[in-house]
Amino acid sequence: MPFGNTHNNFKLNYSADEEYPELSKHNNHMAKALTKEIYAKLRDKQTPTGYTLDDVIQTGVDNPGHPFIMTVGCVAGDEESYEVFKELLDPIISDRHNGYKATDKHKTDLNFENLKGGDDLDPNYVLSSRVRTGRSIKGYALPPHNSRGERRAVEKLSVEALNSLDGEFKGKYYPLKSMTDAEQEQLIADHFLFDKPVSPLLLAAGMARDWPDARGIWHNENKTFLVWVNEEDHLRVISMQQGGNMKEVFKRFCVGLQRIEEIFKKHNHGFMWNEHLGFVLTCPSNLGTGLRGGVHVKLPKLSTHAKFEEILTRLRLQKRGTGGVDTASVGGVFDISNADRLGSSEVEQVQCVVDGVKLMIEMEKKLEKGESIDSMIPAQK
Amino acid sequence: MASSFARVLSSKRKVGILSLVGAGSLTVGFFLNREQHVNAGANVRRIYPPSAEYPDLRKHNNCMASHLTPAVYAKLCDKSTPNGYTLDEAIQTGVDNPGHPFIKTVGMVAGDEESYEVFADLFNPVIKERHNGYDPCTMKHPTDLDSSKIRGGNFDEKYVLSSRVRTGRSIRGLSLPPACTRAERREVERVVIDAVAGLKGDLAGKYYSLTLMTDQEQQQLIDDHFLFDKPVSPLLTCAGMARDWPDARGIWHNNEKTFLVWVNEEDHTRVISMEKGGNMKRVFERFCKGLLEVERLIQEKGWEFMWNEHLGYILTCPSNLGTGLRAGVHVTLPRLSKDPRFPKILDNLRLQKRGTGGVDTAAVGSTFDISNLDRLGQSEVQLVQTVIDGVNYLIECEKRLEKGQDIKIPAPISQFK
Repeated sequence: MPFGNTHNNFKLNYSADEEYPELSKHNNHMAKALTKEIYAKLRDKQTPTGYTLDDVIQTGVDNPGHPFIMTVGCVAGDEESYEVFKELLDPIISDRHNGYKATDKHKTDLNFENLKGGDDLDPNYVLSSRVRTGRSIKGYALPPHNSRGERRAVEKLSVEALNSLDGEFKGKYYPLKSMTDAEQEQLIADHFLFDKPVSPLLLAAGMARDWPDARGIWHNENKTFLVWVNEEDHLRVISMQQGGNMKEVFKRFCVGLQRIEEIFKKHNHGFMWNEHLGFVLTCPSNLGTGLRGGVHVKLPKLSTHAKFEEILTRLRLQKRGTGGVDTASVGGVFDISNADRLGSSEVEQVQCVVDGVKLMIEMEKKLEKGESIDSMIPAQK
Repeated sequence: MASSFARVLSSKRKVGILSLVGAGSLTVGFFLNREQHVNAGANVRRIYPPSAEYPDLRKHNNCMASHLTPAVYAKLCDKSTPNGYTLDEAIQTGVDNPGHPFIKTVGMVAGDEESYEVFADLFNPVIKERHNGYDPCTMKHPTDLDSSKIRGGNFDEKYVLSSRVRTGRSIRGLSLPPACTRAERREVERVVIDAVAGLKGDLAGKYYSLTLMTDQEQQQLIDDHFLFDKPVSPLLTCAGMARDWPDARGIWHNNEKTFLVWVNEEDHTRVISMEKGGNMKRVFERFCKGLLEVERLIQEKGWEFMWNEHLGYILTCPSNLGTGLRAGVHVTLPRLSKDPRFPKILDNLRLQKRGTGGVDTAAVGSTFDISNLDRLGQSEVQLVQTVIDGVNYLIECEKRLEKGQDIKIPAPISQFK
């Protein structure tokens, strides 16, 4: 973010102690990990694009957090941030991703054929299925730090790549700053339109700068494959449809992603990826697969069962309201998705969702009949 | 009138002066080698030509957008102040906030004193537009804090409920709120706390740090209408002024609750003198006395306020340059406010109306906040006199309307005296 804290050389006139943030009332991963020693050690470093430690942590300093919800509290400004500020980010990554170690390797598997089942989720319970991820374009700074020129270059390259898709992927790009009222209304009705971020977590990280310049939405004619350009990440890629055929959703997801990646690679700007962190994204919480695969599913009885939370945890799943993160459920309908991102592959994570949702529907049916589900409660996966 | 000592200081380079004044503070030494650590312009990363970086301002309506042509952008985009503040940072708030068809905001801020110099090609036309033709290149701004020159200033309290004068002051040598580091902000807080601790008599008071205040203190400050909160206006948050909140922010006020200093909100300091009732003369007297005393106290430690003869007192927003002064009253004008000539009368008197909640609020009943329009090009004494004369005129109009008599729109008073 291009503000005062990036002027590193000038800041070095003050001691580390004088610059160290006041974090005693904070509750986020960054505040836990950023000791005075680490701050002193990393404060004079910067990435090749000029991103500094203070830039990384600004969002966590400005947003002390919540007693119940542990936010990450830091972002990357570019690919190299994860290397240059390793000493701070590795413990945060480990804390956030179930003890993932600095030496661990992450497995990427976008071979949809490896998914077992997933085409038979009961449509009486599963209303819709969706898989999303993010991708960063190598060679460009990330949303917290990019300049207008860079952001526009990412848009240009992305639109070129997307417009070259055909078949079921043929579609159109709608730039936010020039869409017509009619287009805007249609995108809202389709639940596709994203708005300028209002969350202070994102604003404090500088991700809404220059809005709506170089932001837009691309989707295919069938409205089953959607790409957000320059929102929280360079790209957010979404495959979705009504009903419970997660297998189909995941296949389209994998095929579409691979087609897009080929085109970017041809322009010498493939996706940011490495064998330790998998796909590199703005927020450390989205490293690895960056994948959230989920369904909107009716579980009115199971959701009120005493063991609901525990079942979710054991199945490595999480629940959200149908409005997405930080919303409440409406009418017993939940958004159930994978909890993990790093340390397991795309196929493994979607498999968890497919198997877990299948089991929970069985449980719901049992509860409808007044039967107990105790024998069905799974072991920790 | 500001002390002659201050004028002498400001005409010299800060590195030289402070060695003359002597090190009363541990931090003085830092100035002497500050400039060696900085490579002006080194942090401006330019991989695209200016045309690729130029913001899209076609739907914008603010002073920055009116004057930032592609040519000006190209000329200034790879420059930075000695602290490393850049053009993109200065204009970010104006890019992010396109503005309103009726209200023209400024759309840019300064990150430090040098911003006004390094980016003069953009700041000067913006200043000229915002301050009704004041030309920083050719005109000089008069500073006058001699309250004995005020004539009148005791309003009819049947109409005037309260009187208030505010301004801002920046500590020379430290970056402004959009750009300051945490350590700099804490330095500002230390310098100010140190100075106000030396105030005596009717000015003696206490500092309340936002991070450390008790719930009780907080409630009292809210009840007194003194407490300021984390900015929510995107005009300010987009300029980076709310970073690290509430670190190094606080409120100082005297025991009598008539003199108040905000630390590290939109400016390094905001200084406020206020009282219930209509004694604007006394409010301004206390204002001047307090300001000059604070200035003397910071100078004892080797610091001074940012000031120059063209722009007057240097503050974060160009709209507050010059005096940074807003002198106003809460006044009830039930008949006059409904008269269709009211806006024109205010205009000609060079006054503006706001709601009683301050800027961007609506009036409640028929009580208005009436204050001076101008900030730059006239002195503090001149502006307060304008408010006094103007409010007296408004009250006269109200009285005439009460008696069923007619009122006249006054001739417009001249801007630059």
